[in-house]
Amino acid sequence: MKKNNTPNEENFIENNVIISVNNLLKKFGDCTAVDNLTFDINKGEVFGLLGPNGAGKTSFLRMVQCISPRTGGDLTVFGLDPDKSHISIKRLLGIVPQENNLDPELSVYENLIQYARFFGIKGRIAEEKAESLLKMIELTDKRNSSIDAISGGMKRRLVLARALVNDPSLLILDEPTTGLDPQARHFIWDHVRKFRDEGNTVLLTTHYLEEAERLCDRLLIIDNGHILAQGKPRDVIENYAGEYVVILDNSEREHEILKANSLPFTPMGSELYHFTRNPQPVMKIFMNEGVTDIISRKATLEDVFLVITGRSLRD
Amino acid sequence: MITFSEISGSLLRTKDVWERNFRVFMKTWKVNFLPPFIEPILYLLALGFGVGSFINAIEGVSYARFIAPGLVAISVMNASFFECTYASFVRMYYQKVFDAIIATPVGIDEVILGEILWGTTKGVLYGCAVSLVLIIAGLLEVNLIFLLIPAILISGFLFAAIGMCFTAISPSIDTLNYPAFLFITPMLLFAGTVFPLSVLPHVALGVAMIMPLTHSVEMMRSLSGIAPGGFFLFSVLFVIFFSSISAIYAIKRMHRRLIV
Ligand SMILES: Nc1ncnc2c1ncn2[C@@H]1O[C@H](COP(=O)(O)OP(=O)(O)OP(=O)(O)O)[C@@H](O)[C@H]1O
Ligand SMILES: [Mg+2]
Repeated sequence: MKKNNTPNEENFIENNVIISVNNLLKKFGDCTAVDNLTFDINKGEVFGLLGPNGAGKTSFLRMVQCISPRTGGDLTVFGLDPDKSHISIKRLLGIVPQENNLDPELSVYENLIQYARFFGIKGRIAEEKAESLLKMIELTDKRNSSIDAISGGMKRRLVLARALVNDPSLLILDEPTTGLDPQARHFIWDHVRKFRDEGNTVLLTTHYLEEAERLCDRLLIIDNGHILAQGKPRDVIENYAGEYVVILDNSEREHEILKANSLPFTPMGSELYHFTRNPQPVMKIFMNEGVTDIISRKATLEDVFLVITGRSLRD
Repeated sequence: MITFSEISGSLLRTKDVWERNFRVFMKTWKVNFLPPFIEPILYLLALGFGVGSFINAIEGVSYARFIAPGLVAISVMNASFFECTYASFVRMYYQKVFDAIIATPVGIDEVILGEILWGTTKGVLYGCAVSLVLIIAGLLEVNLIFLLIPAILISGFLFAAIGMCFTAISPSIDTLNYPAFLFITPMLLFAGTVFPLSVLPHVALGVAMIMPLTHSVEMMRSLSGIAPGGFFLFSVLFVIFFSSISAIYAIKRMHRRLIV
């Protein structure tokens, strides 16, 4: 008998590649959600998947989670095929879904115990694990509360704790911080980093570019199932936007000056964006023309998205 | 090749799903234990003693005793069917319990089988409660309960599995009203429960013979010796066959619905 049920990622992976994606295709009827994606996710990195609503992020994650069959192409997770080895793969995954799906008929503590049970963890081991996770998410005093009685931020923390009951080696988070206050967001970030620093891998999606910049080692920007940009956050910004952005009023005078100096620009609503490595000369040109309504700041992923798609990521 | 360890692993995970529902049920057991006793008492009072006071005897037994096996079967049907329709639909659609479970090593097949077995358990609990009421009312002999339990068990599985088929194909919780009114209610009235099948005209009898409840009632009648119809073995085979087909269909359709 092949020993392929052991929850130990070392058994399967080669060259540090945790997830390998090759011409991956996912269709829902006529709608192509994931369109020939090819990339790898390595062990020990926080990998971000960015894109607007409907880009195909959740569709991709569901294929990795073995709960959505692919339409075409290849996908391996821990070197295994999700179509064939879903039990072995799922043992190693921790899932934070886009929508909280805590069990409303169980208490905070029971949610952890019952979930551990589904991984075959029970008795004292499950109890100790649940206790330590409750402590980690600072919900020990809410252990007997019903799910309806805790706040949105607490629910999100509990979902994160639940994802860790089986000591996964890959954590998948679908928009983990949407709708959370800054403090709760930092809480999630800290735990994601801690998890990564223990040698594990993280795959997350987000609409918040600031989050991606701070958290991700590498990222992929997708839209309509296609890759638009990829790489390290800072590299992506510099390759697609430039280090700095100069922001001007979207009016005729500014247009004329930009054109006269053959400076490229992107109109963004009531503003004009000019991306550059060195903002000083441009600033000076406008100052000399008497234009004072001018700002320069470091470019962000948000800007990258504007440049690539001509629209905002957060709609 | 499916190995023994794969099968035992799958059964364990099915049991874990069953246990989730059992855990929830036991949290409020004091509330949950009353309804199965109340329903048969109401039926007994209204039909057995109310309507029954106008009837001398049917097939040689008092009317209250005549309907006793039917009351057991009806109770099992209602408990199992409604658990695996409305209650399962809520868990699947509103509470997202199935989605949460299939993110673990538990597969959708195991979730659905666990749910059907939980619906079966509810049927067994209700069936036993009714039997107890009937025994106390002097309408059933005590020792019969051991004979009835296997029939209650497979009847529970039958109606749980049928219920799960409707849940799998139902677009919304409201559409579950159709099987509740067009499938369950007619059976409740015409499956040899409150009057003998022999009263039915030819065509209606044919329809009654393909109703699952008819066969559940016939098993109860034969085992308790109260006005049996004489097709016990056929009924047992019918129930086993129909429940297996229903369970397989339910799992298949749920797979198609949830694994997209
Ligand atoms: N079950 C489904 N049936 C049909 N179409 C679907 C289904 N799930 C997703 N889609 C379609 O696939 C495309 C990608 O959806 P997906 O949920 O993957 O996007 P997303 O990037 O996660 O978006 P969001 O940021 O809004 O969560 C969308 O056009 C969506 O309508
Ligand atoms: Mg999504």
